[in-house]
Amino acid sequence: MFLTISTTGTAGSPATDLGFLLHKHPDKAQRFSTSHGTAHVLYPEAGAERCTAALLLEIDPVALVRKAKDRSRGGAPDSALAQYVNDRPYAASSLLAVAIGGVFSTALKGRCDARPELPGIARPLRVEVPVLPARGGAALVERLFAPLGWTVTAEPVVLDEKFPQWGDSRYVRLVLEGEQRLADALRHLYVLLPVLDDSKHYWVAPDEVEKLLRAGEGWLEDHPEQRLITGRYLGRRWSLTRDALERLALARLAEADDTEAEALDNAVDEETDTEERPVPLAVQRRAAILDALRAAGAARVLDLGCGQGQLVGELLKDPRFTEVAGVDVSTRALKEAARRLRLDRMTERQAARVTLFQGSLAYTDRRLAGYDAAVLSEVIEHLDLPRLPALEHAVFGAARPATVVVTTPNAEYNVRWETLPAGHVRHADHRFEWTREEFRTWAAEVAERYGYEVVFAPVGPDDPEVGPPTQLGVFTRTERTEKEPEQEKAA
Amino acid sequence: MTSTATTAGAQVKRTLAVTDLSLVVLIGATGSGKSTFARRHFKPTEVISSDFCRGLVADDENDQSASGDAFDVLHYIAGKRLAAGRLTVVDATNVQSEARRQLVRVAREHDVLPIAIVLDLPEDVCAARNAGRADRAGLPRHVIQRHRRELRRSLRGLEREGFRKVHVLRSAEEADSAEVVLERRYNDLRHLTGPFDIIGDIHGCSSELETLLAKLGYEDGVHPAGRTAVFVGDLVDRGPDSPGVLRRVMGMVASGNALCVPGNHENKLGRWLHGKKVQHTHGLAETIEQLERADAEDPAFRERVREFVDGLVSHYVLDEGKLVVCHAGLPEKYHGRTSGRVRSHALYGDTTGETDEFGLPVRYPWAEDYRGRAAVVYGHTPNPSATWLNNTICLDTGAVFGGKMTALRWPERELVDVPAERVWYEPARPLASDAPGGEDGRPLDLADVTGRRVVETRHMGRVAVKEENAAAALEVMSRFAVDPRLLPYLPPTMAPCATSQEEGYLEHPAEAFAAYRADGVRQVVCEEKHMGSRAVALVCRDADVARERFGATGGVSGALYTRTGRPFFDDPEMTERVLRRLSTTARSAGLWEELETDWLLLDAELMPWSLKAQGLLRHQYAAVGAASGAVFPPALAALESAAERGVDVSGLLDRQRERAADAAAFTEAYRRYCWTTGDSAQGWPGEQEETQSLRRVGSKGTDGLDGIRMAPFQILAVQGRSLAALPHDQQLALIDRMIEAEMHGTEANNGLCAYIPVHMNRLLAPTRRLVVDTEDEASVAAGVRWWLDLTGAGGEGMVVKPLQALVRTGGGRLVQPGVKCRGREYLRIIYGPEYTRPDNLSRLRARHLGHKRSLALREYALGLEALDRLAEGEPLWRVHEAVFGVLALESEPVDPRL
Repeated sequence: MFLTISTTGTAGSPATDLGFLLHKHPDKAQRFSTSHGTAHVLYPEAGAERCTAALLLEIDPVALVRKAKDRSRGGAPDSALAQYVNDRPYAASSLLAVAIGGVFSTALKGRCDARPELPGIARPLRVEVPVLPARGGAALVERLFAPLGWTVTAEPVVLDEKFPQWGDSRYVRLVLEGEQRLADALRHLYVLLPVLDDSKHYWVAPDEVEKLLRAGEGWLEDHPEQRLITGRYLGRRWSLTRDALERLALARLAEADDTEAEALDNAVDEETDTEERPVPLAVQRRAAILDALRAAGAARVLDLGCGQGQLVGELLKDPRFTEVAGVDVSTRALKEAARRLRLDRMTERQAARVTLFQGSLAYTDRRLAGYDAAVLSEVIEHLDLPRLPALEHAVFGAARPATVVVTTPNAEYNVRWETLPAGHVRHADHRFEWTREEFRTWAAEVAERYGYEVVFAPVGPDDPEVGPPTQLGVFTRTERTEKEPEQEKAA
Repeated sequence: MTSTATTAGAQVKRTLAVTDLSLVVLIGATGSGKSTFARRHFKPTEVISSDFCRGLVADDENDQSASGDAFDVLHYIAGKRLAAGRLTVVDATNVQSEARRQLVRVAREHDVLPIAIVLDLPEDVCAARNAGRADRAGLPRHVIQRHRRELRRSLRGLEREGFRKVHVLRSAEEADSAEVVLERRYNDLRHLTGPFDIIGDIHGCSSELETLLAKLGYEDGVHPAGRTAVFVGDLVDRGPDSPGVLRRVMGMVASGNALCVPGNHENKLGRWLHGKKVQHTHGLAETIEQLERADAEDPAFRERVREFVDGLVSHYVLDEGKLVVCHAGLPEKYHGRTSGRVRSHALYGDTTGETDEFGLPVRYPWAEDYRGRAAVVYGHTPNPSATWLNNTICLDTGAVFGGKMTALRWPERELVDVPAERVWYEPARPLASDAPGGEDGRPLDLADVTGRRVVETRHMGRVAVKEENAAAALEVMSRFAVDPRLLPYLPPTMAPCATSQEEGYLEHPAEAFAAYRADGVRQVVCEEKHMGSRAVALVCRDADVARERFGATGGVSGALYTRTGRPFFDDPEMTERVLRRLSTTARSAGLWEELETDWLLLDAELMPWSLKAQGLLRHQYAAVGAASGAVFPPALAALESAAERGVDVSGLLDRQRERAADAAAFTEAYRRYCWTTGDSAQGWPGEQEETQSLRRVGSKGTDGLDGIRMAPFQILAVQGRSLAALPHDQQLALIDRMIEAEMHGTEANNGLCAYIPVHMNRLLAPTRRLVVDTEDEASVAAGVRWWLDLTGAGGEGMVVKPLQALVRTGGGRLVQPGVKCRGREYLRIIYGPEYTRPDNLSRLRARHLGHKRSLALREYALGLEALDRLAEGEPLWRVHEAVFGVLALESEPVDPRL
């Protein structure tokens, strides 16, 4: 990875003052050891009018992988780093920021013992980073650097010129120009390179907060993107540490399939949460489900596909629900649910009411038998249609609670979502979304087949034309009375 | 129940019948001669005496204070013998009812008959005998008197206590002259070796029975080849003509042409015939009505039915113990045993006490745990079709419910069936659930796959699956995989060859050849490794076949899925296009007829890599290419400028130039495996040279497969057969024929019309191969050269497999089914652009292959097991268990670069 810092000079202030500022002699190539490789500082040009310092960091990719793998010794948990094929040797990332901090530490502090007046003077600077990973693209780069007084040029790097249809890569070629004090310029880079990369190579330790405050002094306080910078710089510490281990097994299955881990491990949506923000439709949906369960007189309730446990939490607030079981196929979702419900801090009496366990409705499951009611809230649309009969059998045929509450999106309503492009489903993992007619047809068939009666109710505003955003069906078992006298045994 | 006693003084030689597996309890006062009797009639090891046991625990055979412990030991030994199926004789006074009660309990616990032999000898005889024994000479007379009093009190109640045979001997002469005759158990027909035709539940379907008997070759109840019919019971109820069925079966049994075990319906009918009060439900009402009508013609018929039913034996052990027939199935420990609970299990099966959604009893799936040597053939539970499970098979295929009537030819193990003429009786629940597995009797259950599991495989014994791996697999299987019915197999992972020490190489074929030579594998085949994505194709002749054979829904004609069971294409229409092409090709190649099948399971590689791995390519591989491509020019320029200024950067500059070259080589490496698809004007690389035909502007792809290539390398299975052990040269020959057939098809199509530009993509790609003799140096050298040429021209590498496919070492260990040797350039994609630098290479050589190899073998064994289970028509949950195991093992932590 590589960057250059250039300045221009005048007779009174020659460009070669850069050498003093950086504490690196323009006529020498110097090398410094850093934790992941060797940093080199050299000057491709060093004249009175123009002087350019280059920082080149040679990364040892094998060592990087081996360090990252060894989590117990503080390696990074990001699975992308556990690959031999990664961009770290080439792209300006947190590794480069660390190198800046190490190689130019004095300059970063704004000290120059030989020429104490120099650091305080702003001079025309030009910083070029040929490969800057920029999550958020050129626009974000502009938003981060422009408020600091830089003129920003950020050109996207094409992913592969042989395959133009693949589009641009996440890298930009960055050029910053402006009158700045060198120490400020270095501190901007020190903080913002890893922020743009958004993937730190080392474990984010508590002292990172101190480092950020130090490096951000004087400019971060008033930066319009302060929240984003802080959040990213601190590496989303909570989520990384918590999820690192449990994601590994799924990541391996993804790898076996040449897919990205995210393609499989999407049961917990980190970006958006599973709540819709503007209208709390999820809240209305839960209220409707609770009404249906209360009306049915259910006390022991199964939440099938409980996700992060929002409904389980609501159920626990009402003492009439004496036993609540949350079932999900994702162990990660279950852990998240346990955390949200604060299972470990519940009183024994409360904790005795709730169980969370992994299960799958593609299979019959004896543990699901014997409950009064089961809820399938926003679950069926996550199954491929050909696999729905297995769920029907597992729930209505085998578990067979007296009441089953099913909710699913009403596809007709999608035209009312302003943000949803036409023809799109509401969630990337939705395998289908049904119209009211389709849902009712399905529900009626299931009810007929397994001996239930079904009634429907709208959830959310019931639009006269397209109906409500969520449709709900309450299935009630119609008892069969036939007994089995084959049980009479010989005397 | 036999009770024999003769009046004292009658000088008749007594014959005492003793069942060959029973607990014989001798009863008599001290001095009555029990030990002498036992010695004369039984083997010494068959007799356990209380005296001996007293001696064991107290060093004194007469120490009465040790009796409690002595009897514990006696019961324990008796129990062990009975569990092992050995006749056991208890030599103790047994005059007290409590002592006998305990022995009857031991007999029942082991499901054998308790038999009593009473030595009721006069007091003087006993006293005289005791006087003659040094250790008993001092025994007071009143002890004998007490024993005799207790014995006399007991005599009449012995049968009520549970003894099934009671023999009483009243004099010394009678005891001395008596002869013990061992009798076979009623259920023991091991001496009959058939051949048999075992016939499933009939339920009054007289017409279907006659059709089935005729189909089996019987002429009026007699088989010309001397075969014996065996009926598994439930002859009556529900159907139109139970008397007709009874007449036929009773006639055949009486004439020695058939055997019959009772079903629960016969049992209930018997109780009705005995005048007991039973509910006229479940079709009994129909039988009663039919019997009443039959009374008019043949008033004695009813009585004959009663006798017939009374005489039925709960189950039979046949053919030297290789075959057990009963109505509702029987675990091994009950085979050949005789007790109330054995009969109950044989008639009703094992129920859990719960009822299902249709109010029917939930039956405990005893067959799933069955590991016995004898095949158990039974009926009772209607299933859509008869399938073997753990050497058991249920022949009830619901004839009366409109299914079919099924017979099993033994020892041929051939199924013969006839369809029901109509639905004679509406079933309480549908014969099959439409959930996956429902067709085979029960849908997939979570207990089949989760938790720590051990899968029994025929090629590698028990393969364990860890709980956490099963949990990960459950998520992927449930959320992303195709319907389990269409997922009968997942491919195992493959280990690379041992790490090469050759300069510049991490992998080299010399290692692969050497390893196979060491395993005693002489002939190996090197197969070109295609760089795409693994795809397994379940290709059915058409959608009807997919529905009938695999229960496919929605009109699909099979499945095309990835290594983890996900649909290969998101668009089902693309899947169908590929499957249709493969099906057409199999037809033109004549494979349907030749392999006697209407479906194929193909293992293949689908190209280009960019088709499936586009996300990875863009975010990882191309990203690295883009970053390196953009960083080196300015970095090199800066170094060159510095060098021109006289700054010493020579070492650094050279190194950066090498790195730039490595990065460029990396970009070239991944680009080879990427090309555009779905554009009718563009084909795959090299298409023009290979097909000698040009895509013209505006060409229309006839089926949207443009640019896509599929290289099949193995036909894994066809109807009724796993082909996993078919040698690879024969495999490739079959596949070559498909390729050729497709070539002719596309050529004909593409040359068809000169005016409308039509171009049909040639989907199938050949796999280049070379057979190498690992013992022959020249051949090995040729193999190495072949690989160098292949990889030198941009190939990914090759897979080396034993030509004979499924091979074991001399020591019986399973040999790796293949190892991969990846090309030097290709490995840049795996180990990074700069892996070839000597210091990197030396570090990378420290890789550990042990776990990967073990994983590859375990997954291979599970995959083979899935194919075998599929071939043998085992129920879906059995196939799925093995397939799921492969997926679970795939989530084991192992270096992903291997």
